[in-house]
Amino acid sequence: MRYAAPTTTDEALELLRSDPDSQVFAGATDLIPQIRAGRPEPSLLVDLKRIERLVAVSHDNGTWTVGAATPTSALTANAEFSSAFPGLSEASGLIGSDQIQNRSSWGGNLCNASPAADSAPALIVNDARAVIAGASGERTAAAADIVTGPGETSLAAGEFIIEFLLDDPPAGSSDAYLRLIPRTEMDIAVVGAAVQLTLDGDRVASAKVALGAVAPTVVRVPGAEAALAGSTLDDDTLAAVSAAASDACNPIDDKRGTIQYRRQVAGVLARRAAQIAAQRARSQPTQGNS
Amino acid sequence: MTVTENPRTYKYVGTRPVRHDGLDKVTGKARFAADLDMTGQLRAALVRSPHAHARIVSIDASKAEAMPGVKAVVTGADFADLDPTHPEFDMAVNLMARGEALYNGHVVAAVAAVTAAQAAAAAAAVEVDYEPLPAVLTIDEAIAKGAPIANTTNRTLFSGDAEPSNLASVNEFGRGDIEAGFEAADIIIEREFRTAAVHQGYIEPHACVADCGQDGKAVIWASSQGHFAVRSKTAAALGWSTDRIKVIPAEIGGGFGGKTTIYLEPVAVLLSQKAARPVKLVMSREEVLRATGPAPATKITAKIGATNDGEITTLQSTMYFDNGSTKGFSALTGAMSVASYKLPNLELHAIGTVTNTARSAAYRAPSAPQAAFAVETLIDELAQRLGVDPIDLRLQNAVVEGDATAMGMPHPKIGFVETLEAIKNSDHYNSPVPEGAGRGVATGFWFNIGEQSSATVNLNEDGTATVVTGSPDIGGSRASMALMAAEELGLAVDRITPIVADTESVGFTDITEGSRATFATGMAVVNACRELIEELKQRAATIKSADVERVEWVDGAAVIEGEDRLTIPEITAMAKNTGGPLTATASLNAAGAGPSFAVHVADVAVDEETGETTILRYTAAQDAGTAIHPSYVEGQIQGGSVQGIGWALNEEYIYDSNGVMENAGFLDYRMPVASDLPMIDAIIVEVPNPSHPYGVRGVGETGIVPPIPTLANAIAAATGVRMTSLPMSPPRLLAAITGGADG
Repeated sequence: MRYAAPTTTDEALELLRSDPDSQVFAGATDLIPQIRAGRPEPSLLVDLKRIERLVAVSHDNGTWTVGAATPTSALTANAEFSSAFPGLSEASGLIGSDQIQNRSSWGGNLCNASPAADSAPALIVNDARAVIAGASGERTAAAADIVTGPGETSLAAGEFIIEFLLDDPPAGSSDAYLRLIPRTEMDIAVVGAAVQLTLDGDRVASAKVALGAVAPTVVRVPGAEAALAGSTLDDDTLAAVSAAASDACNPIDDKRGTIQYRRQVAGVLARRAAQIAAQRARSQPTQGNS
Repeated sequence: MTVTENPRTYKYVGTRPVRHDGLDKVTGKARFAADLDMTGQLRAALVRSPHAHARIVSIDASKAEAMPGVKAVVTGADFADLDPTHPEFDMAVNLMARGEALYNGHVVAAVAAVTAAQAAAAAAAVEVDYEPLPAVLTIDEAIAKGAPIANTTNRTLFSGDAEPSNLASVNEFGRGDIEAGFEAADIIIEREFRTAAVHQGYIEPHACVADCGQDGKAVIWASSQGHFAVRSKTAAALGWSTDRIKVIPAEIGGGFGGKTTIYLEPVAVLLSQKAARPVKLVMSREEVLRATGPAPATKITAKIGATNDGEITTLQSTMYFDNGSTKGFSALTGAMSVASYKLPNLELHAIGTVTNTARSAAYRAPSAPQAAFAVETLIDELAQRLGVDPIDLRLQNAVVEGDATAMGMPHPKIGFVETLEAIKNSDHYNSPVPEGAGRGVATGFWFNIGEQSSATVNLNEDGTATVVTGSPDIGGSRASMALMAAEELGLAVDRITPIVADTESVGFTDITEGSRATFATGMAVVNACRELIEELKQRAATIKSADVERVEWVDGAAVIEGEDRLTIPEITAMAKNTGGPLTATASLNAAGAGPSFAVHVADVAVDEETGETTILRYTAAQDAGTAIHPSYVEGQIQGGSVQGIGWALNEEYIYDSNGVMENAGFLDYRMPVASDLPMIDAIIVEVPNPSHPYGVRGVGETGIVPPIPTLANAIAAATGVRMTSLPMSPPRLLAAITGGADG
């Protein structure tokens, strides 16, 4: 197994072209345990962290640009970012342990394509886009379109994510992410729920709800989004959010949780995340009032 | 905090010096077995059965032997052929299968090669032809009529039965008239409890290095709870005499009972002998979980009766403990641990089973936590039904000195009542239960044992001292040995160097088990010091030309006729002229290990929509007799509590239908992490053990006994749901809450 640490995307692409059995990595927090657990070693490992764009964070002209290999600890420690996207920040802060978070990244978390990736639902409800490097130049895709199944992505061979783009949320918006693990850290979500919503006065103007670890990929919950839109988050709405979230699940029975448990808890977490997002949004200036 | 009835005060005993091995351990300098590397050393890898039960038709290692770097391969055919009645038969067969693989992960061959990667590749190339056999995976399957036999070499212990059986042991004992007891009862409660197999979870995987010499002798560096036992077990597995084996103890990264047996050393010795090179063998975490010491899964029915006045009239229980692939005593010790209450009528059936799962090993107060889950849950329900305080009900029925244990033997001087009162009087128990939370209490008992220990105390020429013992330092025992020696000699504790010597440098010493090291090895240290003091007095008499009868030992010095004073450095400086080096050795088979009782209280909050349990506050009181080093007593209390909490809430072996462990890693075998726990407040109760010179009771084990029922009782108080099945994980607890059924 060889190791290379290119400093430009072109160099990285060339390395990937040079060896069909190559693999990119950022923090390697999934890669190393997988190899230790017996997954075949790639012949070439390409470390992306030396490429400046992959670890840069900027906020210009209403758009956040976050390098795909940026350590999640740099995002949770970024007060401006965390205030704009509190749910995405808390999702980023749940990956592994403090030590892991100095290595873990959105790019790695997403491309590992675990159904339980914590950052994925929060990226998706915030409409994150991924800028992807490939042999034929750069392209942009919705973060929601990257993962196609457990361990599977839509990235072509030789492609990798350079950075993520996030537009400033509209006024009166906020987000929240909750997950259920049997412990308090160092664990993998049994259920994850992300909600992003925008308030117009007392009412929800629009909402997005996404669930992790309850299906092969992150699932959006249109029924919950429709129930939230126009509502004041009254009890009937919250009950409808729960029911829609439970219905949207397509989980498996495994050592981490049963189908019934995941359905039940998905409903609970979606409802609670909506309430938290709304509470946060209320403390933001609402549309037309600022 | 300490609640003491100790009438004596000491200068060193009861203080909290930095442990002698502490700096090296916190800086990473301490050497554990896997840290050792020798010139020319090979690395070994094990071939493990992919079947839960299979006949080994043939093993072809020719491809493996031809691979790069491979220097030796061994299989069951290379080991001593022990008779099934040999006491080490099961241990020996467990570390290398003979004829049949008895569980998924059972070792069938081993390979040594120049690098670890070469060894792993060669192990994968060993061709084993298996004929799969029907497997028995659970207690229910083992005891079912017509069940396949899990291990044809098993004969039921205590039964006299000569036929192969899935029963590992059968015991019945009790007293009084069980029917009369139930007739006298106003309240009778009966429940069935189930617990999953759990692992000791020591942080250090098993590891050793073995180096076989041209003289046919082997040196082993190993992490264990007792290197003399490593020697004797290795000798038995190889059919060697013990003088051919020297075991040098490495530091140990946790054992909790799981390192009272061995898995690797005879394999490494044989590989080393074949290859004529040192061989290092280190397990991965997955191997540790798949194939070393889980504590038994259980199925326990228990029925209790009490009068409306709160007098417990009777207890009847049938306890099934699964030993995994071989016979064992786990059911017996579980039943024997029912010893905390005056039970005029008692009937216990203890039944061990054998299944095609990993051979179980001792785990901290072996079998007592599972038994306490059943008994302490029923006592809590009794208190609830009677409307009395759960500690008052226990105080009313608590055993005191002279009351019978389960086996009928009278308790010696014990501190159960004092420990109950310590919790009853605690700040925690007297604080209001937080809004929405539930409070639970439960108790635990463990016998503790004595066994054989040796110690040598050497005085150096400048008056410093070395204390040499054969007990590995698992929980701060070096510091405890030094403290007792300091107290005896009147020598500052930092002038004493406590060491753990190899099997050829100190007298025989049994395994550190049964919370015995501070008690028994400590007593050997005290005895050696007392012998040394007699010698010091003699030397002082010689120096001063006085009658030894007129020499007293006072505060670290010989005092002659009440005036002239000679300190230890003054005496050792003259040693050459007064008879030579000053040293003393003591060996003993310690009797009178004092039982230790513990009482725990916990406040928990349960999220009734997700089934998550949060422990808000936890206090544990335990009788230490006398705390030699209170910090390490508190550490034992806290560590036992945490392991019990993990067992209660999330830990479990999950097997698939083929007997493959599905969660063989710390991600999915969920031990608690630090953020899961509040501070465990430890209250040390001191009711001195009259059989130890300082009153020591072993403290290592009892702390794991109460947590499971403490949390189950707290969860019942918070939710109204009685959990009778472990673990009380969020999915199970939510199912019980929403389904209204018992867990």
